[in-house]
Amino acid sequence: MSRARTRVDGPAKVAGVARYAADHPGPDLRHLALVTATVPAATISTVDTTAASAAPGVVAVLTHENAPRLAPPVGAPYGGRLPLQDNEVHYDGEPVAVVVADTLDHARAAADLVRVDYEVRAAITDFTAVTDLVVPSPPPRWGPADTNVGTPEPAEVTLARVYTTAARHHSPLEPSATHAEWRDGRLFVRDATQGVFGVRTVLSSVLGLPREDIRVVAEYTGGGFGAKGYVWPHQIIAAMTAVHLGGAVRLVLTRAQSFTSHGYQPPTRQRITVAAHRTGRIAALEHDSVSPTATYGGYVEMAANATRVLYAAPAIRTSHRIAPVNTILPTPMRAPHEGPGAFATESLMDELAHELGVDPLWLRLRNHADVDPTSGLPFAAKDLRACYREGARRFGWERRPLAPRSVRDGHDLVGWGMASAVMATFRFPASARVRLRVDGTVVVEAGCQEIGTGTYTILPQVAADVLGCPADQVTLRLGDTDLPETGMTAGSSTTLSVGSAISAAATTLTAQLAELAGADAVSLTGTTLELDGDPDRVVDLADLFAEHDLVEVTADGSFTPTDTGHSLHSFGAVFAEVAVDEDFGTCRVRRLVAVYNAGRIINPLTARGQMTGGLIWGIGQALLEQSTLDHELGRFVSKDLAGYLVATQADVGELEVAFVGEHDPHSGAIGARGIGELGAVGVAPAIANAVFHATGKRIRSLPITPENLL
Amino acid sequence: MTEQATENRTAIPVTARVSLRVNGVEHHLVVEPRMTLLDALREVIGLTGTKKGCDRGECGACTVHVDGRRVNACLTLAVMQDGHDVTTVEGLGTPENPHPVQRAFVANDALQCGFCTPGQVMAAAACIAEGNATAPHRIREWMSGNLCRCAAYPQIIAAIQEAAQADPVDPAHAR
Repeated sequence: MSRARTRVDGPAKVAGVARYAADHPGPDLRHLALVTATVPAATISTVDTTAASAAPGVVAVLTHENAPRLAPPVGAPYGGRLPLQDNEVHYDGEPVAVVVADTLDHARAAADLVRVDYEVRAAITDFTAVTDLVVPSPPPRWGPADTNVGTPEPAEVTLARVYTTAARHHSPLEPSATHAEWRDGRLFVRDATQGVFGVRTVLSSVLGLPREDIRVVAEYTGGGFGAKGYVWPHQIIAAMTAVHLGGAVRLVLTRAQSFTSHGYQPPTRQRITVAAHRTGRIAALEHDSVSPTATYGGYVEMAANATRVLYAAPAIRTSHRIAPVNTILPTPMRAPHEGPGAFATESLMDELAHELGVDPLWLRLRNHADVDPTSGLPFAAKDLRACYREGARRFGWERRPLAPRSVRDGHDLVGWGMASAVMATFRFPASARVRLRVDGTVVVEAGCQEIGTGTYTILPQVAADVLGCPADQVTLRLGDTDLPETGMTAGSSTTLSVGSAISAAATTLTAQLAELAGADAVSLTGTTLELDGDPDRVVDLADLFAEHDLVEVTADGSFTPTDTGHSLHSFGAVFAEVAVDEDFGTCRVRRLVAVYNAGRIINPLTARGQMTGGLIWGIGQALLEQSTLDHELGRFVSKDLAGYLVATQADVGELEVAFVGEHDPHSGAIGARGIGELGAVGVAPAIANAVFHATGKRIRSLPITPENLL
Repeated sequence: MTEQATENRTAIPVTARVSLRVNGVEHHLVVEPRMTLLDALREVIGLTGTKKGCDRGECGACTVHVDGRRVNACLTLAVMQDGHDVTTVEGLGTPENPHPVQRAFVANDALQCGFCTPGQVMAAAACIAEGNATAPHRIREWMSGNLCRCAAYPQIIAAIQEAAQADPVDPAHAR
């Protein structure tokens, strides 16, 4: 059942009593401050810690010369090089020393006193200048690097274009923070993470500690957007230091360090070609994307994935190549892959519509893919036609004049554009436990995270639906490696994956209760069970539990993603109205209308927030966000939120979101699919297409800034 | 390139005495003179509701009220607020007894990860008290110093409008 429910963690968050990783004091807490490389490629010739070690309050200074030795990380994604193990520097911002002191002030002051001399090597940070491109090896669930299906038909129109997207930084408001305690041979970690189990796995392997001696907790994570998914060097440094010195340490990244410490969305250069008949039917699509990776690892942004599934072309060829550069490893960021990729695919469709003189929405319907055109598999649930139809109706699309520069409003040129949204559905194995106590309280346990998506609120609704009780009767314990294991809270996977495990556990629990009560089915209300749907047959939990000598009834459940022979994607349609000031080149998004099919929506209130949040991320991608690299210095220019622009209140216009379609029987057990990233796809091309409609200028490089429009 | 620019710096071994009235409670602190109000609140007094998002006045997560006026606690030193009245999010209301702004934030789903939320709530309460919560476009401008990366912006506007109606402009703050 779909029910709007306010956040159960809302009262704690609005009152400032929700504690994040950096909010936990301790009598022996020591503070860490990182010293990071100021050059992108070098050998450290000398590191002098004399002054820092003698500074007030300093307990230790660790460098590659005296830090504990680490073993290679295995078993979970790790995005860095092993910290403080050698004298090599592979990117600006790489940790070269860590200061441990009694107070944050002392740690920071002493970090400034560490003197590092470098033998600087030639570095490359411009991925477009890299000639030796590498064929990536993406994780299987991302699909292969290259695909090639079908045979191109002879075509009358061919458009070949290059689109580029900018490097972007996740910039969650909470800087990454790790609080680590080593006591009695056990490691306890509070971490700002999207995956406590991944942190434990990496720490276990690098520190050589058994997993059972490590507990990682994340009660609240202050936003992630991908930055806190992989494990990164700062987490190892904090844990290593705690083990080395004993007691408790806290490491909080500065905002500047957060631009070089946990990945970024790599820029992309995408060559894309469409061949089409004058009738509007696509004859062939080609999409080749190049993006940078680190010199020491192989992250690939799967930008061409969008082209693999969106249109029913008789021939589709895609490829991805990566270019090693001297930055930290790029990493998934809301929305990865289709996020940068749909900008190319959906802008090109707009170009084709203009070339053919047809309505862009008509062109998309003309080429609608009824099955996945690359794999040939049926979609689990698509309903993209309904998204187009409902979005167009709400937006008033039929009133759109075809020609660009048709609408003026005072100084502004007004334009309407649209685009499709598509996002692969990611699923992870998950397990969960549901406990029913004699007082009627239900406790759900699953070691996933709350990163802002509403986990504390939504997952109890899933259990309550199965048990028949109100959601308020159910509480969720999460973010703890002592709880049943789940995947990371990333890839919009948690509600689907963990929710399916909880549903299974709750189903088992009701079966157990039915058996205890001698019924075929039970439904929980307060402290009583209603038997077989008969309001006159009720049994009190106290009586039932006493009869069987129980204090609680517990059931475990799990979810294992299985191949159902379907292509698992969510779809949507985004419509944008922009106003471009002809004199100043400023572009304002006046309104966005977006309609999605993401399966069953568990909580419309939090779901709306996910989608409007995604739309605003799209505004940022379209008009604001870019991390510029200075290729002389080999570093990002603006490591702050004044130079790296994210959307503010004033950037947001009218947003309208709706869902179509309902239960998806194929992706998981609860009919839902992921939504958080879907909302950030398709917005940038819808805006870019609206900019073209307003101005007649086709901007093929994100973000679209005023100088592009003058 | 080296860190030579900093080689002659040493930690300054001086401290300063500061009296802060925080949420109605007097605190007498001995702090490093360069300590920000934010660090004094979080690290010395132990009020961690006020968040450090950037430490340089760009994000607004550390918004508190000083003598009823909203300020970024990271942009003012503790010593500069000696003798002043500071209100943090903990002083505005509690989960059990929330301020109308806090109640409206929950009711309107005006938060996601919650990290910017204490600053948003403090800025919103001030925005209303200043008389700047009169229309959505005006709230947008007067709340644009508080970043929300989850981008709960429309819901924040709705919450402030609702709270402004529940809690009329305080004449003492009206401009």
